[in-house]
Amino acid sequence: MATVDSKIPQGPLADKWTNYKNNIRLVNPANKRKIDVIIVGTGLAGGSAAATLAELGYNVKAFCYQDSPRRAHSIAAQGGINAAKNYQGDGDSVYRLFYDTIKGGDYRSREANVYRLAEVSANIIDQCVAQGVPFARDYGGLLDNRSFGGVLVSRTFYAKGQTGQQLLLGAYSAMNRQIAKGKITMYNRHEMLDVVVVDGKARGIIARNLITGEIERHSAHAVVIASGGYGNVFFLSTNAMGSNATAAWKIHKRGAYFANPCYTQIHPTCIPVHGDQQSKLTLMSESLRNDGRIWVPKKLEDAKAVREGKLSPTDIAEEDRDYYLERRYPSFGNLVPRDVASRAAKERCDAGFGIINNSTNEGVFLDFSSAIERYGKEQAHIHGIHNPSKEKIIQLGEEVVASKYGNLFDMYQQITDDNPYKTPMKIYPAVHYTMGGIWVDYNLMTTVPGLYAIGEANFSDHGANRLGASALMQGLADGYFVLPYTIGDYLADDIRTGPIPTDTPEFDAAEKNVTDSIERLINNNGKHSVDYFHKKLGLIMWNKVGMARNAKGLSEAIHEIAELREQFWKEVKVPGTANEFNQELEKAGRVADFLELGELFARDALERNESCGGHYREEYQTEEGEAKRDDENYTYVAAWEYTGKPSEAILHKEDLKFENVELKTRSYK
Amino acid sequence: MNLTLKIWRQKNADAKGGMETYKVENISPDSSFLEMLDILNDQLINEGKEPVAFDHDCREGICGMCSLQINGQPHGPGRGITTCQLHMRKFRDGDTIYIEPFRAKAFPVIKDLVVDRTSFDRIQHAGGYISVNTSGNTQDANAIPIEKHNADKAFDAATCIGCGACVAACKNASAMLFTSAKVSQFALLPQGRVEATERVLNMVKQMDLEGFGNCSNTGACELECPKGISLENIARMNREYLKASVK
Repeated sequence: MATVDSKIPQGPLADKWTNYKNNIRLVNPANKRKIDVIIVGTGLAGGSAAATLAELGYNVKAFCYQDSPRRAHSIAAQGGINAAKNYQGDGDSVYRLFYDTIKGGDYRSREANVYRLAEVSANIIDQCVAQGVPFARDYGGLLDNRSFGGVLVSRTFYAKGQTGQQLLLGAYSAMNRQIAKGKITMYNRHEMLDVVVVDGKARGIIARNLITGEIERHSAHAVVIASGGYGNVFFLSTNAMGSNATAAWKIHKRGAYFANPCYTQIHPTCIPVHGDQQSKLTLMSESLRNDGRIWVPKKLEDAKAVREGKLSPTDIAEEDRDYYLERRYPSFGNLVPRDVASRAAKERCDAGFGIINNSTNEGVFLDFSSAIERYGKEQAHIHGIHNPSKEKIIQLGEEVVASKYGNLFDMYQQITDDNPYKTPMKIYPAVHYTMGGIWVDYNLMTTVPGLYAIGEANFSDHGANRLGASALMQGLADGYFVLPYTIGDYLADDIRTGPIPTDTPEFDAAEKNVTDSIERLINNNGKHSVDYFHKKLGLIMWNKVGMARNAKGLSEAIHEIAELREQFWKEVKVPGTANEFNQELEKAGRVADFLELGELFARDALERNESCGGHYREEYQTEEGEAKRDDENYTYVAAWEYTGKPSEAILHKEDLKFENVELKTRSYK
Repeated sequence: MNLTLKIWRQKNADAKGGMETYKVENISPDSSFLEMLDILNDQLINEGKEPVAFDHDCREGICGMCSLQINGQPHGPGRGITTCQLHMRKFRDGDTIYIEPFRAKAFPVIKDLVVDRTSFDRIQHAGGYISVNTSGNTQDANAIPIEKHNADKAFDAATCIGCGACVAACKNASAMLFTSAKVSQFALLPQGRVEATERVLNMVKQMDLEGFGNCSNTGACELECPKGISLENIARMNREYLKASVK
């Protein structure tokens, strides 16, 4: 089995990035003007990379499928962004952020990458404040922090429950400045459908103009994929409806290895599924676990009565409630990492304590009554109200909770028609983020020279489980502070190359590949809509490749997905034509890719005979039901090479070396 | 629930559009409005007809991609929500619902219910930013304390999702609320003050160039804004504009 070279610089961990930056080649400003870079995706990673590379002087062409770069799905991130600022003086440091991230990822990420991430995290906050991002502040005018799962410090910066929105609009504003200068050419409503490789280097893309249907050729000296994760392979997820893996999958098919596809984050606090007409799931931010307590009834008959609507949760006495996270994990309590919290919810629901009235009964309570009372008493004290009435306490407490989480509570009420101030929220885990993705080396370059992957699209920093508020950090770190250095080292070879022509056999072949596949979809005249197949794929993935996996289920899933894919190509029906605005055609292409990715995903899960982070194999658990890693045999990154079919993909291993952190069983008890 | 839908159909930007009637049945009151349209589209595809094109993405009220004029209201009935957050329980069984695109000269129709809102982007290109490069050497984030009151107001203005409901609600198709939200956010922050003069002049100029109408202070924009962006921002922008004009 071949190995892959991660190109991690030599030297002590804390010096690697500085030494690296001091020794890379630079491109002088006059030469940067002669170099073009394509960026696909305009979320936090793509948007920040586009702005920064344009500021440096490169000519950037940015692509997004939405009608504006401001709509990328980073916008929906709620809770916050981590940074090792130690403003709270609670013992935070670069090393602690690094350590928490390595541990949170269940020792399946690269030390050097994670350290670099922690190192640049503080710069991100400085940069965003300078851009006018309105983070939450305290009355002294300084930045406020809160705490997230899996850590014991408060290092999360936030803007109410809309942190992703504010950070993305910051990156969007930085892009706008460069668009106005002509340094970024923006292609809205464009979808990348293939990458063009010339003499072994990525030199351009084929994109479809989603308004006219025109197939376009775009060339560049390097191509950056920042197209996000593949959570929509599950059909129901917290991703946007358009979120897709097409750009990532197309580059995989052209030689970029795909790493750890089975590492998926199932987020513990989402609004449960309401029925079979549902199109997507909605997240309730992890920040709610700062103040919300998760529980199910202690007695099976109470759970049943709640489901049947005969018993209100507020009528269940304190001693009859099972705050199972506080019970099982006393030191982290409700703030255990996401994978742990999700599995614990599943465990209670599997045991019959679920509280939702549907076919699965899957749901638990997230209760704010304790926090409301605590804040109410505190406010009464601050305002000098002696012996406040219970009503007064609740009123004051609700005001505090509203100021912290108001928009999330409103969102919950709109969707469920329940008032979460008065009755506990009902929540259940849902697919949220994918830690796996395109394999990249320390330079964020894929196995194809000149082709980069950043943000959620790559696999690099979160191991087998991502900590809350770290996705925003990674996206912006990659785009603002890492790629702008590493790509320069590569582009230094291209100062004499000149513009890349698009009238070459390589572009001809890639374009033909794209038009052939579009024509096949349009002319198929099958009998089922695209969603029909997508929903079927989602069910296979959720039931057999979801929160708990086993060898039998995974083998079945591999088989079923391959069959479904065959059926898709025989029976899918795409109305309309290729030369017009055609949303069904867009969806069909994306689902076709998910049908391939899903199989590789299940294969990777079957191959990894251990439990780690979000990957939980029922065969590998401790007596207490915790994930059981196998460090001897599985301390590696699984990097898959495409050779024609997902079933024939070749596994390459990148051994993970831990020189600074001792591998331990992760414990949040 | 069983419903009658009257939907604007238009093949492309150049074609003439018109209302078409459709029926949908067995819609769950817990479904969202867009899930109801998904069901209609699935039905149309199965009948061999062309599905209705409409914009949508995050389906949780934050990306600003969804639009729709529903029974004459941008984002339909209900305050403080986008179309994707509208649930069918807000309607009654047997209702007839009128669904049209956002109407404005500066938002030309692309197809059916999909409109082109790049005019909004161009207003932002004209000045919706603070000129600071990414260097890693910007001063510490806590170097300039910002009064909480102003920071909160800047945040409130910054929550605009750029959906265009303000324009669709306005009888003049004015983009004053949208433009003023960005002008306000930066005017309230010390980091944004440096370029305040140029910013307001350039953004207003671009807004006028795009063909948006004038503001006559009726306040429909504020009422229909899914994020509750306040009219105060328009007042602030007018002050900023006046100040900039006499500088």
